[in-house]
Amino acid sequence: MSELDFNAACPLPISQYPHVLMAHGGGGKLMHQLLEKVFGQAFSNPILDARHDSAQFAVPPGKLAMTTDSYVVRPIFFPGGDIGSMAIHGTVNDLAMSGARPLYLSCGFIIEEGLPMETLWRVVGSMRDAALKCGVQIVTGDTKVVDKGKGDGLFINTTGLGVIEHPQTIFPQNVQPGDAIIVSGDLGRHGMAIMAVREGLEFETTIESDSAPVQEPVLELLKHGIEIHCLRDLTRGGLASALNEIAEAAGVKIIVEEKLIPVREDVHAACEMLGLDPLHVANEGRFVAFVAAPDAARALDILRRHEVSGAASLIGRVAEKSAPLVAIKSAIGASRILDMPSGEQLPRIC
Amino acid sequence: MKFLDEYRDADLAHKFAAEIHRVTTKPWTIMEVCGGQTHAIVKFGIDELLPKQIELIHGPGCPVCVTPLEVIDQALEIAAKPDVIFTSFGDMLRVPGSTTDLLAVKAQGGDVRIVYSPLDAVKLAEQNPAREIVFFGVGFETTAPATAMAVYSAAQKGLKNFSLLISHVLVPPAIEALMSSPNCRVQAFLAAGHVCAVMGYEEYFPLAKKYRVPIVVTGFEPLDILQGILLTVQQLEQGRAEVENQYARAVTRAGNQPAQDLVKKVFTVVPRKWRGIGEIPKSGLGLAEAYAAFDAEKKFGLTGHRVEEPAECIAGLILQGLKKPHDCSAFSTRCTPEHPFGATMVSSEGACAAYYRYRRHKPINAT
Repeated sequence: MSELDFNAACPLPISQYPHVLMAHGGGGKLMHQLLEKVFGQAFSNPILDARHDSAQFAVPPGKLAMTTDSYVVRPIFFPGGDIGSMAIHGTVNDLAMSGARPLYLSCGFIIEEGLPMETLWRVVGSMRDAALKCGVQIVTGDTKVVDKGKGDGLFINTTGLGVIEHPQTIFPQNVQPGDAIIVSGDLGRHGMAIMAVREGLEFETTIESDSAPVQEPVLELLKHGIEIHCLRDLTRGGLASALNEIAEAAGVKIIVEEKLIPVREDVHAACEMLGLDPLHVANEGRFVAFVAAPDAARALDILRRHEVSGAASLIGRVAEKSAPLVAIKSAIGASRILDMPSGEQLPRIC
Repeated sequence: MKFLDEYRDADLAHKFAAEIHRVTTKPWTIMEVCGGQTHAIVKFGIDELLPKQIELIHGPGCPVCVTPLEVIDQALEIAAKPDVIFTSFGDMLRVPGSTTDLLAVKAQGGDVRIVYSPLDAVKLAEQNPAREIVFFGVGFETTAPATAMAVYSAAQKGLKNFSLLISHVLVPPAIEALMSSPNCRVQAFLAAGHVCAVMGYEEYFPLAKKYRVPIVVTGFEPLDILQGILLTVQQLEQGRAEVENQYARAVTRAGNQPAQDLVKKVFTVVPRKWRGIGEIPKSGLGLAEAYAAFDAEKKFGLTGHRVEEPAECIAGLILQGLKKPHDCSAFSTRCTPEHPFGATMVSSEGACAAYYRYRRHKPINAT
C-alpha cells in the first residue's frame, strides 16, 4: 500500500467499538481484528505480512546495531508530533548515533482500556508515516490492553535494528583533545512544547516539538568520510547531560561557548520565564557530534544541507585529557561549569 | 532576545568591569540580597570580572531556601491527605523537610501539583468543589501580591475549599537583622529589583541612614548587576551611604500602589522564622483576621512543632556572609542538590546550589 492509499478513517467499525476494550488484548476475535485491520494494514510489509511469531530476515554484511526505547509522553498528541512518530524517530535516532542505517523495528503497545479507537488509529497512522520517511520496516509487534486506571492511555516500546556500513568507531571513549563539537540545530523545543501543553502555559506563539529523524544527515557525514568520534542524541537532560556524560566517559575537559549554541527566541523566552536552562531541556530531533577538527567546516556544510540539521552550529571543542569537566563561556565572556540537571526540571519561583 | 540581550552584552560588561576596577581602591564587601541575583552572578561569572578587593556575599533572598523546615513538614503533612490537592511553585517540590519532600509525597499518591500562579490554584478549587485545594504561599514582596490576589479572589467567589499555607517574608527586616548583628561584615547592599518593583524603595532610606550603608536597587541581568556594583563602590569610595536606583526601568520610588494596597488588605505583618537565620521580628506576612478562614494551618489543625536544622550545616553563616560554601566540610560531598542538608543548597537560587552547579571545581579556565 502506498502512502496515498492510507486513509485517515479507522478501518475498524468504530460505531461498534469506539474505545479499546480488554477483549482487544484478550487473544480472541476482537484482538485478531485489531491486529489485522489496524496494525497489519498500517505497517504492512513482506516480513510482517508473513504473520509468523517472529520476524525473519537475512542479516546484511557489516556490524549490527540494536537499541530499545519506551515512549510514555503525555499528552499523546502535542504541537509538532505525537507519541507514534516519536516512537519511530527516537529509536531510529538512537541507531543513527552509532552511524547505523536503521532497518527494522519492533513495536510493543500497552493500551489502557477505554482509549478511543480513533486515537489509536491516528497514532498508528503517524507511526506508519514516520517509518516510511525513515525507510524502516516494522516487522514484529505486540499488543497488551491493561485495565482502566492502570496505564496512561498509551505506552509504546520500539526496538530497532540497524546495520553499520562504515569502518569508524563512534564511541564516547573515542573523543579526543582538539575535537570540534557541533550541535545539529536549535535546542529545547521538544521539552518546552510538551511543558507548555501539559501545564497549560500560554505563550504568544505555539512552540512546536523538534521531533524528527536525524539518520539522513548522519549517514551523509559518514558517506563523505567525515571523521566522527562520537555522536549523542540530545533527549532527556538536553545538551548539558550529553556533554557531561561524554566528558565523563572520555576523561576530557570540554569547552563550549553559550552564544554559539542556537536556541530559538520563543524557547529562550519560555525558559527565561520559567527559570529553566534550555541546555537542560529535552530535544527529540537533535544530536551533538564530536568530529576531528580538520573536518569541522565540511561537516557543518553537509549538515546544513539537510532541513533537520539546517541550523547546525560549531559550539566548542575538547580541550584536553583531564578530570571530566564541561565549561561554558557565558554570554558576557566569563566561564562556569555546565552541570547536569539534578532530577526533574522544575520551574523556579522568581 | 529583546530586552534581555541588550543587558548581556559582553563588551559593555567588560567596560563596566573596567570602570569598577578603576574606581576601586580598597577592599569592600557587598551583599546581593536576592537569590535571583546570586544565580545570575554565578551563571554569568560576573564576580570573575570584578577586582579581587570586591567580595560579594550572597544574601538570604531566596524564598525557597529560607522557608523553615517546620513549614515544609506542615506542607508534607497536608499534601499527604487523601482529599487534598496541594499546589505549589515548582521548586518547592524538591525541598526536603525533616524526612521527605513533596515529590516523594506525590510518588506515594499525594495529589501535588505545580502551578504557575496562585490564581491557578483558585481555579482548581472552583473545578474541584469536593476536594480541599491548598496553595503553598512562599516568597518575598514580589510574589505576595499574587498570593493576596488569590485569597481576595477566593473570598469574592465564596470558595470554602481553598486555603493557604503561608511563609511569605519581607526584605527590609532581614537587612535590619543582618546589620544589627555584631558579626556583620556587609558594607553595602544591592537591593532586590523585583521586590522594589512592587514595594518601591522608600523603606530603605531609614536603613541606609541608620546603618550608614549604601543600598542600590539593582536588576538581574549582568549589566544591571555590574552597574549596581559600580554605583555601590562609587558610594563606598566616596564615603556616601545613599539609596540609589539602578533598576529605573522597572522600579519607581513609590512602587506598585495597587499591589501594595492588596497586600495590606489581605495580610498582616507577623514575626517569621527564617531557615538558617532564626526568627526575625516583623519579617513575615500572615493572613489578616478577615481572611483567617483561608489559613491552612488552622483549617487542618496543624501543630506548631519546631524542628532543628542538621548541626553540620553552615547555611546560617553563609546567609550572613560569614562563610562561603567552600568552607563547609559537607559541601559537594555529603551535601548536594540531590541530598541537601540545608537552606542554601535546596533551591537553585541558594548560594551553595549555585556554587555547586557552576563552581564545584576551582579554578576553571575556559580561555
